[in-house]
Amino acid sequence: MGLALLAIIWLITFVSTYFFIAQTWWLPAGMSAAAPAIDRQFTNTFVSMGIVFVLAQCALGYVVWKYRDRGQASEKVDYSHGNLKLELVWTTLTAVLFIGLNLMGSTIWAAERFAPAESGAVPVEVTGMQFAWYFRYPGLDGKFGATNPKLIDPSSGNEAAIGLDTNDPASKDDVVTGTMYLPVNRQVDLTLRAIDVIHSFFVPSMRFKQDAVPGLAIHMHFTPTQVGDYEIACAELCGLGHYKMHGMLKVVSQEDFDKWLATREAEKQ
Amino acid sequence: MATTSHVHAHAAPQGFIRKYIFSLDHKVIGIQYFFLALTAVFVGMFLSLLMRVHMIWPTAVLPLVGEIKPETYLSLLTMHGTIMVFFVLTTAPQGGFGNYFLPIQIGAPDMAFPVLNMLSFWTTFVGFVVIIAAFFVTGGAPLHGWTGYAPLSALTNSGPGEQLGADLWITSIAIFCLASLMGALNFITTTLDLRAKGMTLMRMPLTVWSWFITAILGLLAFGVLLSAGILLLLDRNLGTSFYVPLVVVNGQVMGHKGGSPLLWQHLFWFFGHPEVYIAILPGMGVASQLLSTFSRKPIFGYKAMVYAMMSIGFLGFMVWGHHMFMSGMSPYSAFAFSLMTMCIGVPSAIKTFNWLGTIYKGRVRFHTPMLFAIGFVSLFVSGGLSGPFLAQPVLDIPLHDTAFVVAHFHLIMGVAAIFGIFAATYYWVPKMFGRMMNETWGKVHFFITLIGTYCIFMPMHYLGLAAQPRRYSQFTELAYLQHLLPLNRFITYMAMVTIAGQFIFLVNLFWSIFRGPKASDNPWEATTLEWTTATPPPHDNFGGHTPVVNNGPYEYSVPGAPRDYIMQNDPGMGTAAH
Ligand code: HEM
Ligand SMILES: [Cu+2]
Ligand SMILES: [Cu+2]
Repeated sequence: MGLALLAIIWLITFVSTYFFIAQTWWLPAGMSAAAPAIDRQFTNTFVSMGIVFVLAQCALGYVVWKYRDRGQASEKVDYSHGNLKLELVWTTLTAVLFIGLNLMGSTIWAAERFAPAESGAVPVEVTGMQFAWYFRYPGLDGKFGATNPKLIDPSSGNEAAIGLDTNDPASKDDVVTGTMYLPVNRQVDLTLRAIDVIHSFFVPSMRFKQDAVPGLAIHMHFTPTQVGDYEIACAELCGLGHYKMHGMLKVVSQEDFDKWLATREAEKQ
Repeated sequence: MATTSHVHAHAAPQGFIRKYIFSLDHKVIGIQYFFLALTAVFVGMFLSLLMRVHMIWPTAVLPLVGEIKPETYLSLLTMHGTIMVFFVLTTAPQGGFGNYFLPIQIGAPDMAFPVLNMLSFWTTFVGFVVIIAAFFVTGGAPLHGWTGYAPLSALTNSGPGEQLGADLWITSIAIFCLASLMGALNFITTTLDLRAKGMTLMRMPLTVWSWFITAILGLLAFGVLLSAGILLLLDRNLGTSFYVPLVVVNGQVMGHKGGSPLLWQHLFWFFGHPEVYIAILPGMGVASQLLSTFSRKPIFGYKAMVYAMMSIGFLGFMVWGHHMFMSGMSPYSAFAFSLMTMCIGVPSAIKTFNWLGTIYKGRVRFHTPMLFAIGFVSLFVSGGLSGPFLAQPVLDIPLHDTAFVVAHFHLIMGVAAIFGIFAATYYWVPKMFGRMMNETWGKVHFFITLIGTYCIFMPMHYLGLAAQPRRYSQFTELAYLQHLLPLNRFITYMAMVTIAGQFIFLVNLFWSIFRGPKASDNPWEATTLEWTTATPPPHDNFGGHTPVVNNGPYEYSVPGAPRDYIMQNDPGMGTAAH
């Protein structure tokens, strides 16, 4: 029985560790400025936790086999109530490991979330609703026009869906789309909003996630570093269509972005 | 402090109803809680099976159940989570085994307040009936998940199930909170006031410590959830705006203004994080108890174990924000919550170390309860080590609300706690029903469950890394999830096997209760007081006398002693005159 336990615990440990190390299923490649630091912190945590995992499971398997009851042949049981010195060593080691990891991670968090977006970032407002994402660009005046909850009409899509108030001069040149366009290597200054329930704006390749909460306008920023198409998901349960509330982020060159925005502006006239 | 002059509060009851239905005897009430949780766990498991089936065959039409629609999936999800957390993990370890064995292990004839005890069971029972009723009302069960985030849960038109079903869901939880508050008071008073002579706090078995600390957590946490739930009911039915700002649902402006969705999250998680410890602490107690007993060796670092549980309980009230790193809460507070969360990892690590230290240089007997205790340690390690990932706000950016979280909490709170319950069942059924459970089938059950649950929940880490969001009813819409389908299929097949394996347990349990070989008074050669009395124990637990305690709870393999264990009420070890 001891041997069976040892074999199974070790097998579980090695098989699960293998798939982690082989990265058979893994994070989608990171395509934003923050991704390398986040991924490095992930790797550090993964390596330290992985070592503890393998050691602890192997030790468990080993001691239950080694100290199994073998009748007369068993070694004498060590009558001991513990060992204070060992416990202090162990406690200090874990405390140092856990708190050290935490402090390393916290510096990255601070860099990402404490500072506001830099000047010159592309302003985009993201609005979540059951079950779609809409993206608003302020146009040439650089100002988002007013919206009015009474004007919200989801079935008409885009401008009407977020309740854009067309009487406000600032809203005349606002562009609202269902696909997000961003120029590569420029920071985007996001304003996240939701009009009905909580949604969460999740772009795995950008290493970006943030809830959009009704009643709040949450400011966040990130910088895409690779041209390409990236899927956007919703990561907060928002109702029956949660699983299909997705969108697309198209990261393009600055020229293509300008061209696209100009076309959309022209369509509005 | 301890008292010897306690007079047993009520006489042995006559008649079936007073004896088995509205009983005041903590042992009968414990068994009632146990069977309620057993019913609940099979319901919850069945719901998870339907969920896993829908995930990989979204259009399948199932016999009896029919077609599962996305909204049905979310109802199953909500009910699965709620039933498992409240009616299984809070009910079986504490209400069930705690009720039955806490008084006996401290040498008391009953709980401090037997009537309150009966009331708290029947209140829990009503709560269970109310939540099951949510399935059968128009609109069905709510779809807002077990966490019930507002405004989704606060608006009656945010989705199917959010009408009467959601009201029943909240009502059921409120009823459950009341029951748990009554239970918590009873546990705390009993532990403080009814200990037998010589049962000092530092001679209490670690199981008693774990039930005691769990009760304190319950007392502080359930009150908050109760209040939060009442506010939610008001928002839904009386048009108040505690949790709801101005919102527009489907083009319709709702009448709310100025409420805060984050307020619900703060209140819910202020309860919710301690709740996960309420679920797991009794498991830790049982694991400690069994590892020592079946290794024939004193527990390693008894005091450290007690202080670790205390600090887990204390710190547990200061980390709730780690569920909210992505919620829009201030990034500065994320800093503090993250640090506190890492600190709570330290006492958890101490416990693991001490469990290994207990087995080390012992003499391990592989009875089924011991296997589940060993499995508990393994699962606790596996589930615990994903905690430091989720405790870091930066890593929550990729991991929050993905399958990685589902893997984490299932391993540590779900399956580890369930292993604690199984261990306790195999260990104490002989005392409760006077008959041994079948060892061979117990071992088969153990291996199926250990391997099966690892096969279900370990791969969910990989899914989460690959950014598969949780609470998705199907994965048909996002292109980047398509390559995960084989892994999702594997998990569903493993869930089928594992769930089938649980029927081995069910049959073994009922067969043994009625047909199993008769159990002696102390079949495991253990030291604590429940093994000093008759099997099953008489109405007042010790047959008219109160035991006197002379020894600590884990005196195994004491050099020079005639047997390899000294029971707590044996003559004191200093004056060992056998
Ligand atoms: C046979 C074993 C089990 C299986 C196959 C299973 C499966 C699942 C699945 C598929 C989900 C949904 C994940 C998602 O869509 O995001 C889930 C959620 C959940 N499960 Fe389990 N589960 C099992 C046992 C348990 C146990 C023992 C517990 C006890 C704590 C538990 C507690 C939960 C909770 C709290 C949720 C979250 C519900 C929510 O998101 O609102 N499960 N489970
Ligand atoms: Cu959603
Ligand atoms: Cu928590």
